[in-house]
Amino acid sequence: MQMLQNSVGRKLVMAMTGLFLFLFVIVHLLGNSSVFIGADGINSYAEHLHALGPIVWIFRLVMLGLFGVHIFFGIQLTLENRAARAIEYNEKKNPRTSFGAMTMIYTGLILLAFLVYHLLHFTMHVTNPEISVGALAPDALGRADVFTMMVLSFQKIFISLVYVGAMVTLLLHLSHGIQSLFQTVGWLGAETLPVMEKIGRAAAVVIFAGFISIPVSILLGLINV
Amino acid sequence: MNLTLYVWRQNGPEGQGKLEQYEAKNVSPDSSFLEMLDEVNQELIETGIDPIEFDNDCREGICGTCGCVINGRPHGPQEETTACQLHMRQFKDGDSLTLEPWRATAFPIVKDLVVDRSAMDRIIESGGYTSAYTGQVGEANQTLIPKPLAEYAMDAAACIGCGACVAACPNGSAMLFTSAKVAQLASLPQGKVEAAERVKAMTATAIANGFGNCSNHYECEAACPKGVSVKFIAKLNREYIKALPK
Repeated sequence: MQMLQNSVGRKLVMAMTGLFLFLFVIVHLLGNSSVFIGADGINSYAEHLHALGPIVWIFRLVMLGLFGVHIFFGIQLTLENRAARAIEYNEKKNPRTSFGAMTMIYTGLILLAFLVYHLLHFTMHVTNPEISVGALAPDALGRADVFTMMVLSFQKIFISLVYVGAMVTLLLHLSHGIQSLFQTVGWLGAETLPVMEKIGRAAAVVIFAGFISIPVSILLGLINV
Repeated sequence: MNLTLYVWRQNGPEGQGKLEQYEAKNVSPDSSFLEMLDEVNQELIETGIDPIEFDNDCREGICGTCGCVINGRPHGPQEETTACQLHMRQFKDGDSLTLEPWRATAFPIVKDLVVDRSAMDRIIESGGYTSAYTGQVGEANQTLIPKPLAEYAMDAAACIGCGACVAACPNGSAMLFTSAKVAQLASLPQGKVEAAERVKAMTATAIANGFGNCSNHYECEAACPKGVSVKFIAKLNREYIKALPK
């Protein structure tokens, strides 16, 4: 596979896996926002998801693959890029790039750490078993009570802070990543690039605002058990 | 005007370099940056110190030989200007200037501010050409090239190969340089024939020579003295995608 050794080939791999991860983030946000409908919303959403059976596992494996490839090449390319400037400048100005672009590897690795925590928290119920769906009584319709689990979790200020912090990281990562993927697939020109940079940042802010609205609403008592 | 210079001095490729402090006195605001360095060197020679080595040739901004990083920016603070076309009126009396060579693993330091840029030549050698059979001179209008296409190719061909894009890139990537040649040739009928092999070979050669990968910081475009746009990198990416099945 020559493409996986080529500079542009691997850049395309980063862009395509990044695109699917971005699309997943959007779907995940839309699904989670059913918490605003109340217990009936998110509990029935969760039940429908789990009713898909083997498809859930296929989806999880695909996601694992996407994350794995994105992380592997992200680290590999970063190491190569560091080696390409083994000796740093005493003074260097970067007037064009952004903080988000310069910190992609760090925000990426922080998001990986968050992802592990997030799965331990809500999927595997390791970190807070006392308020997981296993420990909670099913809801009135006998479904796993995801709603109560979310509300009790985000009422803990520490958990909310971790999630909001992770979303700040996601905001930074996407603020560069979205416009970057359009440039990488070659869709941008001199006129469209600055526009896409703005759209990318705006989209990152919308995603950020969407996700933090859940813990913030719970902390403010707007969503309650 | 009087300025304080902090100049990277390094004896040779293996030498341990460091910044040395020099005073540039009575500099005319109308002199060019390189003329200022000439005067500093004259004084250094008179006091028995090795003059500062720096690359330069045409001194009119078209050859791509000169260039060093001035206060953190390749070719200095003025947009779309080579170091030789930079004038001292861009600075103020009493300013401090830090002068460093292009820093990239692919550009070994020869001496002081002079770096070896033959890695860029190797990128060109690997595909920056068209194989043309040279017979009789063809009729001028035999191959019609629309004006916008000719302009597009010419904008890409404006690259003078100075290496400022590599020096500016946080990843030490030569993607803007490579893309300028790929885009120029791929947009013209004569260059289309070898377009697929060219983009694969040139991007592979860049990595093999120690240049980094492009991650869309666009610092190259901001530093380019000829205003070569990153739209050519997008064009290179399109050319690469087209070349994938071939």
